[in-house]
Amino acid sequence: MSIRVENITKTFGGFTALHGLSLDFPHGQLTALLGPSGCGKTTLLRIIAGLEQADAGTILLEGEDATDKHVRERQVGFVFQHYALFRHMSVFENVAFGLRVKPRSKRLGEAEIRKKVMALLDMVQLARLADRFPAQLSGGQRQRVALARALAVEPQVLLLDEPFGALDAKVRKELRRWLRQLHDELHITSIFVTHDQEEALELADRIVVMNEGKIEQIGTPQEVYDHPATPFVYSFLGTSNILRGDMADGKFRPGGNAGSLAYIRPHELMVTRQGGPDAIAATVRRVFEFGALSRIELAGENQSYEVEMPQAERASLALQAGDAVFLQPRRLQVFAADGPDYVI
Amino acid sequence: MGIAKGRNVLPGFGLSLGFTLAYLSLIVLLPLSAVFLKSATLSGAAFWDTITAPRAMASYRLTFMASFGAALVNVVFGSLLAWALVRYSFPGKKIVDAMVDLPFALPTAVAGIALTAIYAKNGWLGAWLEPMGLKVAFTPLGVLVALIFIGLPFVVRTVQPVLEDLDAEYEEAAASLGADRLTTLRLVVLPTLLPALLTGFTLAFARALGEYGSVIFIAGNLPLVSEITPLIIITKLEQYDYAGATAIASVMLIVSFALLLAINALQAWAGRRAAGMG
Amino acid sequence: MAGGSSRLAKAGQTRFEAREATRDSALVKGIVLTLSLVFFAVFLLLPLVVVFAEALRKGWDTYLAALVEPDALSAIKLTLTAALIAVPLNVVFGVSAAWAIAKFEFRGKALLVTLIDLPFSVSPVIAGLCYVLVFGAQGWFGSWLAANDIKIIFAVPGIVLATVFVTFPFVARELIPLMEAQGTEEEEAATVLGASGWQTFWRVTIPNIKWGLMYGIILTNARAMGEFGAVSVVSGHIRGFTNTMPLHVEILYNEYQFAAAFAVASLLALLALVTLALKTFVEWQAERAHKEIEA
Repeated sequence: MSIRVENITKTFGGFTALHGLSLDFPHGQLTALLGPSGCGKTTLLRIIAGLEQADAGTILLEGEDATDKHVRERQVGFVFQHYALFRHMSVFENVAFGLRVKPRSKRLGEAEIRKKVMALLDMVQLARLADRFPAQLSGGQRQRVALARALAVEPQVLLLDEPFGALDAKVRKELRRWLRQLHDELHITSIFVTHDQEEALELADRIVVMNEGKIEQIGTPQEVYDHPATPFVYSFLGTSNILRGDMADGKFRPGGNAGSLAYIRPHELMVTRQGGPDAIAATVRRVFEFGALSRIELAGENQSYEVEMPQAERASLALQAGDAVFLQPRRLQVFAADGPDYVI
Repeated sequence: MGIAKGRNVLPGFGLSLGFTLAYLSLIVLLPLSAVFLKSATLSGAAFWDTITAPRAMASYRLTFMASFGAALVNVVFGSLLAWALVRYSFPGKKIVDAMVDLPFALPTAVAGIALTAIYAKNGWLGAWLEPMGLKVAFTPLGVLVALIFIGLPFVVRTVQPVLEDLDAEYEEAAASLGADRLTTLRLVVLPTLLPALLTGFTLAFARALGEYGSVIFIAGNLPLVSEITPLIIITKLEQYDYAGATAIASVMLIVSFALLLAINALQAWAGRRAAGMG
Repeated sequence: MAGGSSRLAKAGQTRFEAREATRDSALVKGIVLTLSLVFFAVFLLLPLVVVFAEALRKGWDTYLAALVEPDALSAIKLTLTAALIAVPLNVVFGVSAAWAIAKFEFRGKALLVTLIDLPFSVSPVIAGLCYVLVFGAQGWFGSWLAANDIKIIFAVPGIVLATVFVTFPFVARELIPLMEAQGTEEEEAATVLGASGWQTFWRVTIPNIKWGLMYGIILTNARAMGEFGAVSVVSGHIRGFTNTMPLHVEILYNEYQFAAAFAVASLLALLALVTLALKTFVEWQAERAHKEIEA
């Protein structure tokens, strides 16, 4: 099912959480709503689910106006941030809940419910824990029960609120991979909310970057990462070095009136022993050697820089703390300090 | 009451709030307002004469003093008991802990006759105390004893959870900074307990002011000496002096409301204090 | 919180006794224990013991006779009736109030919570008095009630009303903080899964609050059966008709039938002990359920 939101506005007291957002979620895609906390992403998700009413605007599900449709009738699956598993019910009963509360005329027989729930539990690899209670499960297991429960009612849309937020790093990575596989099998239109850019980049077909109740950029992970539309998107998606300078003849020159800002990722900043034109002088402060990449902290005239390079390159440069070096951007993205953005 | 905002997916707001307000009004608010409306039928002078009559004044003094004294005794011994229950292990601790709530569970009339049997002249303790010149039953001292019984759980049950939550690390920090045990208690533990102690005191005091059942048996109910204010109301009712009864009742109600506000403020303070600690 | 220190605690030690900085010396412990336990024994334990001792002072025959006497039986019956009406009423009210207060945001909520607590701070005598003012012979509805031959004051309905008043806040008070702590996520989850309001309430909310509800019911029941002051004002003390057990105790006591008075009182004391036992059990269950969730 495709989802379309038009001009959605939502305020809480004096605080505007969403400023007239319009957005399409194509059928079968996995979309990430990415942004810092308080940017309105969870509110948008809850409005799509029907858990929250927008002050203005329209929600279209498969082209049909669903704005006033009750959450019960929207056929959405919702996975809550803290899972909201029913603590007094076993894993089995949690998953069966949505089937048991259907009106009698539409309700499946006990045997069919059993078959369906066990199939779902098989799918999330928890069949052997069917009789456990939520309190007896690990975080990752609870997450999968929550997912199975949401899928039991055969939703047309799957909405996940910070699905990995409450898990530790290792489990998070495993579950991420698993969720992607599941989506590739089921192809349900899915939206998940996250504040973790790595999660969004790895998992989503499309990313919607949000900030302060507005959309900053929509695109594939590649587009969003390689061509950030705004300084906000650039800095939110990863570490950045920022240079002040001016544009002249289509080229960025550091210093000057500083009418422009150049954004450079750590791996896009080259370290050389000899300076060139527009090279920036800096001193190596610390060198971190973990794994294949070396991370180097440098101090410039008025600011500090961060550079990433393969370990081998660091070795051939023989960089050490205290060395005086020069920095040269390989690639940079320039935004006017105030005004329209342009990219080199 | 305004409208519900935000979490509007869940049903039943109108029904549950409507029923709550209707039931509250019918059972509590309307009947209570009758007290004030009825007392307003008295002229100002008559009202003033009723509430300042010598017997009434003597009853206020007794009720107030005995309630205050009982609450004070309970703050001291209730805190000790709470301290013992939280900090020490001793045989029978679970039973003592459960029994602290006895005054909540035991009907007041039962407590009243039991206390009288203990402190009467030929009673279990009275037989020892009276020869020593200490008359408890049928004196203001008896009122005090009954109110101590009634108020104890209020103090223990407000102090106990705070002590329970008071992490040992605070005292360890104080000790590591060189404070001796008494200084630590005075400067670290006591200030943390203060809101709970005050709340417990006020709860016990408020409960004692209105107490009737456990007191009337042991008090002796001598006018001007050992007659509590609630008994004055009953006496006036039995004489069909409804306006007089309501005049005294409205004085008591106003004091109760003031105490209720004080308790709310104290609990808000205690809540803020608790939130400030890890 | 106690995680680290409890590992150090030896059997029979509290976590405070296991740590150097919070351990009191044997002398201090001895003094505090002696003072507090003597106080406990004299002021709490002794009255309880006295009730049973006095009740049995004249032997089992007198004891049993006092309990099966018709006035005593009718008092027991009336006490049970009043509790049987007051408890369910206040349960429905408590659940309804807690639902509105814990699950929704609205203006005036703090005031409503304070008003619900009001009956706790009103003297039971005044609770009785206000019903006399409304329903008594000279009260607001007095002449209308008399004309229609309905008796409330000095009759069973008055006793029930007074009981409802004094037990009014118990259930609500237990449930409001509990339901506030539980939040609305589980109810929202049930709704997304297609459950109706009542289905959500019965299958999700009620099982989650069952121990809190039990606790509230136990306290309500204890107070309902034991209330004296409020009931005394509205009862009129008509033997065999409007006497509850506590009132019957008073009458017997004032007639110097001490053994009989204590016999009936001992039933109420037993009720108190059962209440305390149930309460401890429910607290234990609720704590266990809570620990499972924390785990």
